[in-house]
Amino acid sequence: MPKITYIEHDGTEHPMEVPVGLTVMQGAVDNSVPGIDADCGGACACATCHVYVDPEWLGKTGTPNEQEASMLSFAAVTESNSRLSCQIEVTSELDGLIVRMPEGQH
Amino acid sequence: MDANVQLDAIAEAAAVPLDQLDIADPRRFADDTIWPFFARLRREAPVHYCADSPYGPYWSLTRYQDILATEIDHASFSSDTSLGGIQIEDQPKALARPSFIRMDPPKHDEQRKVVSPIVAPANLARMETTIRERAGKIIDELPRGEIFDWVDRVSIELTIQMLATLFDYPFENRRQLTYWSDVAVCNVNDPTSPVHSEEERFAELKNMAAAMSKLWNERVNAPPQHDLISMLAHGESTRNMQPNEFMGTLALLIVGGNDTTRNSISGGLHALSQNPDEYRKLRENPALIPNMVSEIIRWQTPVAHMRRTATVDTEIGGKTIRAGEKVVMWYVSGNRDETMIPDADRFIIDRKRPRQHLSFGFGIHRCVGNRLAEMQLRIVWEEILARLPQIEVVSEPERVLSNFLRGIKRMDVRIPA
Repeated sequence: MPKITYIEHDGTEHPMEVPVGLTVMQGAVDNSVPGIDADCGGACACATCHVYVDPEWLGKTGTPNEQEASMLSFAAVTESNSRLSCQIEVTSELDGLIVRMPEGQH
Repeated sequence: MDANVQLDAIAEAAAVPLDQLDIADPRRFADDTIWPFFARLRREAPVHYCADSPYGPYWSLTRYQDILATEIDHASFSSDTSLGGIQIEDQPKALARPSFIRMDPPKHDEQRKVVSPIVAPANLARMETTIRERAGKIIDELPRGEIFDWVDRVSIELTIQMLATLFDYPFENRRQLTYWSDVAVCNVNDPTSPVHSEEERFAELKNMAAAMSKLWNERVNAPPQHDLISMLAHGESTRNMQPNEFMGTLALLIVGGNDTTRNSISGGLHALSQNPDEYRKLRENPALIPNMVSEIIRWQTPVAHMRRTATVDTEIGGKTIRAGEKVVMWYVSGNRDETMIPDADRFIIDRKRPRQHLSFGFGIHRCVGNRLAEMQLRIVWEEILARLPQIEVVSEPERVLSNFLRGIKRMDVRIPA
């Protein structure tokens, strides 16, 4: 199972094994990782699962589509590596992925 | 609540022919008998057409998922004021007051981004201490052993103090903001409303705009500050607003910035008083407060609906909605949708996934101030629990005659001496 490391804004690390086919958001919610709220349940409609993808992984996570980019633009404190974690599907390619949390969700 | 009134409503909801049901009748919101009607629509006609109402024909969406899907599709379902805006009742064209909530992209996005930094995480953290001090003082000054109106003394007072700070409005005149907030959203057909016609409403909001213009003029030539007026005055997409847009934008920020949280503070206390086991659970475990805050916001649903206008022919739930037709998304019903929220008709402060509710809306128009609202509710309950072992609600809440905002005008309570 791919390993994903979620890092809270205060630096606390949560290494988790997440099944292929789930999203990075679901991996956090199912494991009660704090800092990802996912209010809309993965519909790309709220921007409360915002993460910063570790720059080394950007090539493998891909880039936001139009709807995600639109929702992300309303999130607080976005960076060029900002993503909504409900829009990143876990694949074997993402084994080792590192994502960091923002100071607060929208 | 009068049990007979509720029983009559259940019977009427079961009997009314669906093609004659106007779910928007504000009287059913004021006497809180709307629930069996929504339950029937969710069950039998989740995408419902009302051909004839005081607001003209309109579609009603009452299920969670249909509402969510419509919120996301802002290209097919417009918020634009020229098509009718965001309430079931159109603003009269000549008196239209645009603001970013009544706009589509790209202008919506540009204007919203001017004000949204005021509730950025770092700013919220700075506000926390102020809110806590104020909440503590408000609660300490409440009378003991006598009946008083919780809405006026707590819900309005705490939220209007916050709003005055957000606007950097003269603090001693803060109740003017409460008045304008009520003017901006009241039902002009309600005899107890502060204004009784759209013209009168417009005239009062013009007074509001005049007062705000003075502050604007002082701030537009000063260095940018962290208050809403200064931010608007310096924002590229907001500094040249036309008078009606200026009025609309201020009204949006005033109403959004106090009325909804006000009603959630009142509604939360009412819900706890009606569910003593939940109140006990809370007292025994104050760590449940953040969870409870989301449940209160779902339970109260301070904004009962948002409206959109179809821009193209679209299908929802097997029904064809034609371009130009009015679509009302009933958050208040979606928040009681059993297929999404287990035991949706119960107030459960430690429910699982409490943040899964429609009260803030979804998509690009999602509430800007949602985190500030949650923070105010969290702090007020932390301070209440630290100070008051008991609050008795001694009267039924007096509810606002409105199908748009679920408001509580008055609620008498007593704190034992």
